[in-house]
Amino acid sequence: MRNTRKAFAAMAAAAALTLTACGGGGGGDEAGGGGGGGEGSSESIRIGIKFDQPGLGLKEGNEFTGFDVDVAKYVANELGYSEDQIEWVSTPSATRETQLSNGQVDMIFATYSITDERKQQVAFAGPYFVAGQDLLVPVESDVQGPEDLDGLNLCSVTGSTSAQTVKDEFAEDVNLLEQPGYAECVSAMQGGNIDAVTTDDIILAGLAADPAYEGDFKVVGNTFSEERYGVGLPQDNDICEDVNAAITKMIEDGSWQKFLDSNLEGINFEPNAEKNPPEPDACA
Amino acid sequence: MSAQKSVLFDAPGPKAKRNMAIGNAIGALAVLGVVAWVISGLAAQGQLTAAKWSPFLDPGTWQFYLIPGLLGTFQAAGVAILSSMLFGIIFGLGRLSHNGPVRWFCGLIVEFFRAVPVLLMMIFFFMLLATSGIFDPGEAPFYGVVIALTLYNGSVIAELVRSGVYGLPKGQREAASAIGMTRSQSLRNVELPQALVAMLPSIISQFVVILKDSALGYIITYPELLVNARRLGSGEGNILPALLVTAAIFIVVNFALSWIAQRSSVFLSHRAGRKVKGAEMTEIEPAAEPK
Amino acid sequence: MDGLTEYFDAYLSLFEEFDVLGAFWVNIQLAFWAAIGSLILGTVLALMRISPVASLRWAGAAYVNIFRNTPLTIIIAFGVLGLYAQLNLILADDFDLNFFRIAVLGLSVYHAAFVCESIRSGVNTVPLGQAEAARAIGLSFLPAARLVIMPQAFRGAIAPLGNTMIALTKNTTVAAAGSVAETAGLMLAMIEFRSDVILMIFLTFAVGYVILVIPIGLLTTYLSKKLAVAR
Repeated sequence: MRNTRKAFAAMAAAAALTLTACGGGGGGDEAGGGGGGGEGSSESIRIGIKFDQPGLGLKEGNEFTGFDVDVAKYVANELGYSEDQIEWVSTPSATRETQLSNGQVDMIFATYSITDERKQQVAFAGPYFVAGQDLLVPVESDVQGPEDLDGLNLCSVTGSTSAQTVKDEFAEDVNLLEQPGYAECVSAMQGGNIDAVTTDDIILAGLAADPAYEGDFKVVGNTFSEERYGVGLPQDNDICEDVNAAITKMIEDGSWQKFLDSNLEGINFEPNAEKNPPEPDACA
Repeated sequence: MSAQKSVLFDAPGPKAKRNMAIGNAIGALAVLGVVAWVISGLAAQGQLTAAKWSPFLDPGTWQFYLIPGLLGTFQAAGVAILSSMLFGIIFGLGRLSHNGPVRWFCGLIVEFFRAVPVLLMMIFFFMLLATSGIFDPGEAPFYGVVIALTLYNGSVIAELVRSGVYGLPKGQREAASAIGMTRSQSLRNVELPQALVAMLPSIISQFVVILKDSALGYIITYPELLVNARRLGSGEGNILPALLVTAAIFIVVNFALSWIAQRSSVFLSHRAGRKVKGAEMTEIEPAAEPK
Repeated sequence: MDGLTEYFDAYLSLFEEFDVLGAFWVNIQLAFWAAIGSLILGTVLALMRISPVASLRWAGAAYVNIFRNTPLTIIIAFGVLGLYAQLNLILADDFDLNFFRIAVLGLSVYHAAFVCESIRSGVNTVPLGQAEAARAIGLSFLPAARLVIMPQAFRGAIAPLGNTMIALTKNTTVAAAGSVAETAGLMLAMIEFRSDVILMIFLTFAVGYVILVIPIGLLTTYLSKKLAVAR
């Protein structure tokens, strides 16, 4: 009996120890997102980005790189925050609105399209880039646009509507493969059984610019939608004008072009010239 | 087991030995053939190049992706292990209660959550928490994983507790009531501790299930090992190697846990000096249920 | 009252938009084929693990330890990204059917490890004397296994096999990771479409699985009682 008790107590203690050790280790650094910190303290700013999109927002070791990240750094700098005052937070598509309205992040730069539906919950500054849905194909492919995809295999991300758009509006007989991320799609296309990957052109360009795939893929360059990337802000913010001013300045002083070139180096990608660089909308 | 294994066939004579050698060779060739097919196929597709695998030799990969990911996995699994033990003990005792409605209610809860796929529960609790605003939405994936794992595995542990108590010799309860303990005193102080010890190997096996199922958290973006491996793969363009390394890490960790389960069952059956019912079962079947 | 009617109208209108029964039918088919696949493969593995040939025993043990300890998500993902995308393993000309079969393959391979261990636990219930008697009348390993050991082992293994089959049925949801349109993906889409009725959506799917799983549980209990070997 006594031994039993002891064994059980030891088990509980060991479990508790493991738990505190893990809790203290900060395993879920970005899940915690700094946790308790007071909202909007002047000390630092919390910026939401994607962590898994090469060329746009990517966690590389302890660093963050990409076009969205560079734009965010520039804007934050204009608002008076230096680089080490920025706290980067992962904002996956599903939770962006909630994270903004709960004050978990102050701004979001995460391939965040401005839509009327989203405007009901959050505010937008910008746009700072106008993307469009496009196709990524192997260099030797002769696919010119979504109409050519009948009978071919198209990959997109689970839950995204872009693949369904292609099927509904352009190519009825396209085969759809759904994967958890674009990296899986590109890896599958490298294997040769997938003919095209679809999403916004700049995301595709970022994937194709990855050194691991250098020269294997090209962006078709025939966009068939318009996605205006804005800066997500909480509805009751007082910085929208300042962010817009920063975006305008960034475009005028050439930084915008510089960020685009440096992040999409090594791939022949031209953003839609008629719509880029865009003029920020008036703040609501 | 070993005694039984050898009794299934005679000690091999010279002819049988020769046949076995041939069998060995054929078996080895078949295994090698499959391995060779996979390796040559992957090599032909350029999946085995140094560029795809060298990131795993870089300390930064471990420091910034795999170790934080593993800690994320351990954190969710650790909390889920504690909370499912608590859930299991409460509902397991509830199912043994003399109070009809309590027994009925606990039975309903346990049977319900044992029947619902963990993945559906994760998606539900994640979406519920992410949109409700009760928690910081950044924490929603963590709670989604922990709650789903707790409800399912807690229900399984509740059943283990119940069957552990059933498996005890009747004399234990009779002795407890003979010295004047009430039914619940006897359950708490006499039967439950013994039942937990008897079922320890099965319970540890359930911990393996919790650890393995925490990988489903990647579907709701909880930053555990698989999510971090995917991030690494997205940047380095080596998703497939990243998946294989993740699988290897899971195998090593789970194998260690299963080994502990097996050791503890051997230890317990020696210590108790009699066959412990649960322990005997799990000696050959460490994971009582696949999920 | 009005609020409640509205709530249920919103909930019921979802069924026009989304094919819930169709998604469950996919999971049932996945479970059916994977059950057959895993039972066959698992039996072969169990035979390997009790066979006189050392390399087969070793291979069987390695298989079980590898697949039992790998998350099913990774196995399914490897099926798509490794077997299909890199190794060109194409199991059907039809694109969607191909991924269905890859998911069945992944589910079978994973659960075969558990089927193998269930059968082995069944072999444990067969008394030594049975094997000795089989040898005494001159049966060698395979005939002894086929005629004497296995029939009794299966009957003793019904309870753990039933648990494995229940787990398999629920695990078919993981096929969502392998581009198969089934209940988990549909539930997510429905919640994203109408998050205000999230509770009813979840309960619909949960009850669906309770309805699927309970008959398997009842059948298991019935069979294990009916077929129990009287000793």
